[in-house]
Amino acid sequence: MKMSKIVRTGANILYPFVLIFGLYIVLHGHLTPGGGFQGGAVIATGVVLVIVANSYEAVTGMLQKVVFKAQESIGLLLFIGVAAIAITLGLPFFYNFLANSGSIFGLSVPFGPNHGDLNTAGLIPIMNIAVGIEVWGGLTVIILSMLSGLDRKEA
Amino acid sequence: MLVFGTIPYLVIVALAVIGLATAALKRNLIKIFLGITIFESAINLFLVSLGYRDGAVAPIFTDAPSTEMVMATPQALTLTSIVIGVATTALLLSFAVLIWKHYGTVDTDKIRRLKE
Amino acid sequence: MRRYIVAAIFVILAASLLSIPISFSFGSPIATDMDDYFIEYGQVQTAANNIVTSVVFDYRGFDTLGESVVLFCGVVGVGLLFRRLMEGEEYEDE
Repeated sequence: MKMSKIVRTGANILYPFVLIFGLYIVLHGHLTPGGGFQGGAVIATGVVLVIVANSYEAVTGMLQKVVFKAQESIGLLLFIGVAAIAITLGLPFFYNFLANSGSIFGLSVPFGPNHGDLNTAGLIPIMNIAVGIEVWGGLTVIILSMLSGLDRKEA
Repeated sequence: MLVFGTIPYLVIVALAVIGLATAALKRNLIKIFLGITIFESAINLFLVSLGYRDGAVAPIFTDAPSTEMVMATPQALTLTSIVIGVATTALLLSFAVLIWKHYGTVDTDKIRRLKE
Repeated sequence: MRRYIVAAIFVILAASLLSIPISFSFGSPIATDMDDYFIEYGQVQTAANNIVTSVVFDYRGFDTLGESVVLFCGVVGVGLLFRRLMEGEEYEDE
């Protein structure tokens, strides 16, 4: 069962904007409300919009389950790997060794309200990106699995 | 009055009773799962509303109007609880789809024995 | 007869749940020492503007690790339930 041409065109045009909005929520998790889990859920909702507007048979060639299963595993391994790097430096597990250090994300912030700089907060943006990738892959695998489990009667 | 100050807690009690009554008294499998989801929402709301301070703002320092802030730890625990609720609901609904494919119905009065 | 017993049980349940609004006071929490420490020193120690994110990923990062693993296991379970059989297998029996 296919939706009308207006719905399909609208969903195909709206999908990049939903993707950019979700990635903004993931990446600015240490400055504004949001973070990995919330942004990943927004991006997965955009993918579900594309699947629902075009019928499932038309999407099945382009969105395969294997790619999203690999993406979910990569996200979880990145999360654990970044936390385990601190052990090789002689620090406890999950220690934030990039904050206040002057490296990649290591600007120092004084106490009080300020306008927010993207260069701060150490290990937290990397963990946000890893969790965002994991939630994006996981929720898309759930939707694709449940849709493939229904047998369609050709109407 | 005393009642107006505790409106969030009265809403939580109403949602919890509605969720429990739906999960215990209905026969359709999907309605039972909806009752479980409503009860989880009531518990998440209870966790967040425990940390409120009068006249305080959200605990974010980007362009903050004042530095008197709400408690931050219950919001972190509620985030974990919501994600676990999502995983539980996904598994429950997958079971409902498989039961419908195997038995042809989702009425719990008719799903009585292991079908051989 | 059975309806009256069920209705009475739910009335007792609602009455016992109503002890929450009576005993808690909304707007003035009691034990806030740990959260006062997080709000006062969280921005200087972790250099993040968002205190909730620094609690979730830095001060309580181990709980977030457990939650990610629970979400992963849930997705693995859903993928397992909707499995197609490969060729050479038949339905597993007994």
